Amino acid sequence: MIPATFDYSAPSTLDEALKLLNEIGDEAKILAGGHSLIPMMKLRFAEPEHLIDLANVPGLAYVRFEDGQLKIGAMTREVDTEESAEVTERFPIFKDVAKLIADPQVRNFGTIGGNLAHGDAANDQPAVMIALGANLEITGLEGKRTVSIDEFFYGFYATAVQEGEILTEIGIPVPSGKYGNAYHKIERKVGDYATGGVAVHIELDDDGTCTKAGIGLTNVNPVPLRAERSEQALVGTKVDAEAIANAAQYASEDCNPSDDLRGDADYKRRVIKSLTKKMILKSLERANA
Amino acid sequence: MKKQVTININGEDYTSEIEPRTLLVHFIRENATLTGTHIGCDTSSCGACTILIDGKSAKSCTILAIQAAGKKITTVEGLATAEGPHPLQEGFKENHGLHCGFCTPGMMLRAKELLEKNPNPTEEEIRWGISGNLCRCTGYNNIVKAIQYAGAKMRGEELPSTEPVFVE
Repeated sequence: MIPATFDYSAPSTLDEALKLLNEIGDEAKILAGGHSLIPMMKLRFAEPEHLIDLANVPGLAYVRFEDGQLKIGAMTREVDTEESAEVTERFPIFKDVAKLIADPQVRNFGTIGGNLAHGDAANDQPAVMIALGANLEITGLEGKRTVSIDEFFYGFYATAVQEGEILTEIGIPVPSGKYGNAYHKIERKVGDYATGGVAVHIELDDDGTCTKAGIGLTNVNPVPLRAERSEQALVGTKVDAEAIANAAQYASEDCNPSDDLRGDADYKRRVIKSLTKKMILKSLERANA
Repeated sequence: MKKQVTININGEDYTSEIEPRTLLVHFIRENATLTGTHIGCDTSSCGACTILIDGKSAKSCTILAIQAAGKKITTVEGLATAEGPHPLQEGFKENHGLHCGFCTPGMMLRAKELLEKNPNPTEEEIRWGISGNLCRCTGYNNIVKAIQYAGAKMRGEELPSTEPVFVE
């Protein structure tokens, strides 16, 4: 399978990339790792006339702790968060999720920014970013703006990144107290999209009372979903069995899975319920470790 | 529309005028006529097209040749040296790590990066490490043994037994 004909540019600065993107308009598409876009182009689901490759733009691939945040450059490869001890010690959820994204070869090239900007509810990073309360920095010719992850996903393949803009950085607040997070998904085989996936992040005060909870769901809604009622069921509790059962029940009720080859909607709701419970327990264990 | 690219494959520069839509695997097989890199599923699932780009394993059916311009590629043809086969090639041979051989080039190149990052992987780490490479013949046990053998050889340790293990 070979993509339809297109033109290709690999600008060497972000400014050049933005100018090109604005010049060409909506016939241009940004190429990051290419591991979502190129398969779609090979299947002719996407036929952009011009690819603007960000590979030669310096300063878009980094992970650093700064201003109370974990900052991840949009062109950071999945493998680079997976293998960063600094990141996975403080956010073990990145180790959980990386292992479940496709396979090692794909993670060598696929980028975190691309995973999000692709706008696919079947991708795994969106749920993780929802749980962690990430902010996304989007750059255009007029400058930068920041949007919350809750305002990022518009619909199927549609995000807050507008024509002429590029997603440049993901910022994740680093909590000061006790916290834990975890992600898991059920997949039919290694490398598959999730039948259902759940990301959980909880913060506890010194008494073990939950002060903040983030729960994101993968592939059980047209857009990546925040399980708000589940979060509320945990905040203010000691994350006891009853609170966990409520949170799991709400997540299974509030998602909107569709019947497909991965299972029917009822099965997927059960998957979400079970995973929500397990990921809360795992987050709790990590918070108390 | 065509662009001139130069890609270094196994130490040799290959320059061609190509369309940007040319996939790296096609460049390797057709422009450089190195046919050891295979096309299996053509959807980045099976790993038969795995090569190394600047030492990192990649699926060459899902990368444009033009993205690899100026980079160093290693294919299966670049594994052996004048001294003989690469330890991975020896490991696959000694442990019957292949039947039909279609997945083998990709499997070995993936294992090469794995062993470079983690010279002494556990069996589980090897199995996760080759989770992007499908083999429809062996059932993977001998592939895991082949990689363990290569690891031992590269670490300069005593080589594990290559006797088959029979399950009762």
